[in-house]
Amino acid sequence: MSRVVRIAAGLVAAAAAVALVLVLPHWLSDARAAEFARAGCFFIAILGLNLLTGYTGQISLGHGALMAVGAYTTAILTANHGFRDLWTIPLAGLVAMGAGFLLGLPARRLSGLYLALATFAFAVAMPALLKRFSGLTGGSQGINLFDKALTRSTGALGPVHVLGRTVATNDFLYYLTWGTGLVLAAAAWVLVRGRVGRAFRAVRDSEVAAASSGINTGFYKMLAFGISGFYAGVGGSLFVLVSNWFVSPTTFAFDKSLLLVVGAVVGGLGSLAGMALGALFIQFVPSWAGNVSNAPGAPSVFFGAAIVLVMILLPSGLGGVLRKLTEPLTTRL
Amino acid sequence: MPLLSVEHVTRRFGGVVAVDDVSLGVESGQIAGLIGPNGAGKTTLFNLITRLYRPDSGEIAFDGESLLRTPPHRIVRRGIARTFQNVELFPSMTVLENVLVGSHGRGGRSARELLGELGLDAVVHRRAAGLAFGTMKRLELARALASSPRLLLLDEPAAGLSHEEVEELGALIRRIRASFDLTVLLVEHHMNLVMGVADRVHVLDFGRKLAEGSPAEVQRNPAVIEAYLGSERPQHAPA
Repeated sequence: MSRVVRIAAGLVAAAAAVALVLVLPHWLSDARAAEFARAGCFFIAILGLNLLTGYTGQISLGHGALMAVGAYTTAILTANHGFRDLWTIPLAGLVAMGAGFLLGLPARRLSGLYLALATFAFAVAMPALLKRFSGLTGGSQGINLFDKALTRSTGALGPVHVLGRTVATNDFLYYLTWGTGLVLAAAAWVLVRGRVGRAFRAVRDSEVAAASSGINTGFYKMLAFGISGFYAGVGGSLFVLVSNWFVSPTTFAFDKSLLLVVGAVVGGLGSLAGMALGALFIQFVPSWAGNVSNAPGAPSVFFGAAIVLVMILLPSGLGGVLRKLTEPLTTRL
Repeated sequence: MPLLSVEHVTRRFGGVVAVDDVSLGVESGQIAGLIGPNGAGKTTLFNLITRLYRPDSGEIAFDGESLLRTPPHRIVRRGIARTFQNVELFPSMTVLENVLVGSHGRGGRSARELLGELGLDAVVHRRAAGLAFGTMKRLELARALASSPRLLLLDEPAAGLSHEEVEELGALIRRIRASFDLTVLLVEHHMNLVMGVADRVHVLDFGRKLAEGSPAEVQRNPAVIEAYLGSERPQHAPA
């Protein structure tokens, strides 16, 4: 009985989320819609990080670099190979998935801080790698898709026509990122409840017990890194489109990787709904911090203080608060 | 031929020889007890059989085939399942999910049926972390049985249980042997339990095999009495 209620409550929550995403642009200015679209990219990447860290217990400080892999896949295929930008999104996910598998190799041997450092090395090396292979990546100049009007479906030259309706560019990007985000969130929801997700959580809870239950812990850690990489790659691909169709090595400096971890922890590891709040946090709180004072260094201090405050007041993250708020509703029924 | 055979197995940790040239066989259908004072090497031997450790020398075979080339996560597929001395559940997962993970490598009976058999119906959707200790131990047993093993390794199943629970445990071990067609190897400090359920008892001391025989024979063995009185008394009742 309580199971039926819980599933029904989940469906209602999901329907509410979809409705909110659909109607929100009506109250947003064009510039705000662009910012929300950017947050949507973070949402997708953080969903992936949450599958890895929240559900499988593996730390990654290299997810910004996986976003870069997805972003450059989209940029290179669109700029140099004549692909339509929208079609490169799943391809960017798959390429980053491959990179994620490789990034997961050290996880077979390392854990905790050592794994964190190994993945951080990837994040630190990524900008240098992008500059080194300038023939492919455009070096420090980056790649600009803005003038590739023919290969772009996400028009910068005016409104976008979808299903016979005309949508403003930034509204379209907003719907694209959050629509993709909701689909991927639903996929993650299904994944963590199935056989693979149970194996992920078993690895997180007890590796010894997981192995003696027949779970190949090394394989499932790599699989989690790979799936997580797919999410980061899709997020990175969309990030190019919402960043004025432009990407360069500085877009994915190592601080992006740290920002994603902040988003996942503030959102509440192990909570899928919390990830949306975490994404909004890392998108909007730094710019609000800039409004408080623009003295040198002050915005960073305010952003840092906001993180500390959330962690002290809400140790289980914003997602934990969501769960506490909805729990009485589902248990009372 | 025994179902499980351990032959001249040695395992060192640094300068300590945790298991020293130990041989033992467990016949199909038997309940075998493995006893010995603390630090005798019992849990190390379990970890060698389940391939968490690799022996420095010696051979371990199951059903006539070596286990040493089987990676740890394939052990359960060979038909060996275990429980742990300090209860290794998946604390954030529900009781049902814990049992479902147990059948990851090799399935068998339905999880619901197993939970019913071990009296866990009432807590199916509860998180493992919040359960009473005795219930956790029964859940760990259910998870091990979910892979329909042929050999079940129990590492101190009575530790931390109340007097009544220990008595139920003895009956439970016999019942599951019959209904699951099991062979059981049991590490236990609780002498009443071991002597009550085991068909055959193996004694380790300081990593070496000290004695083997029926419960009655082992209890009369002067070397065994010496080993226990010399270091630590056998535990007759829970602390």
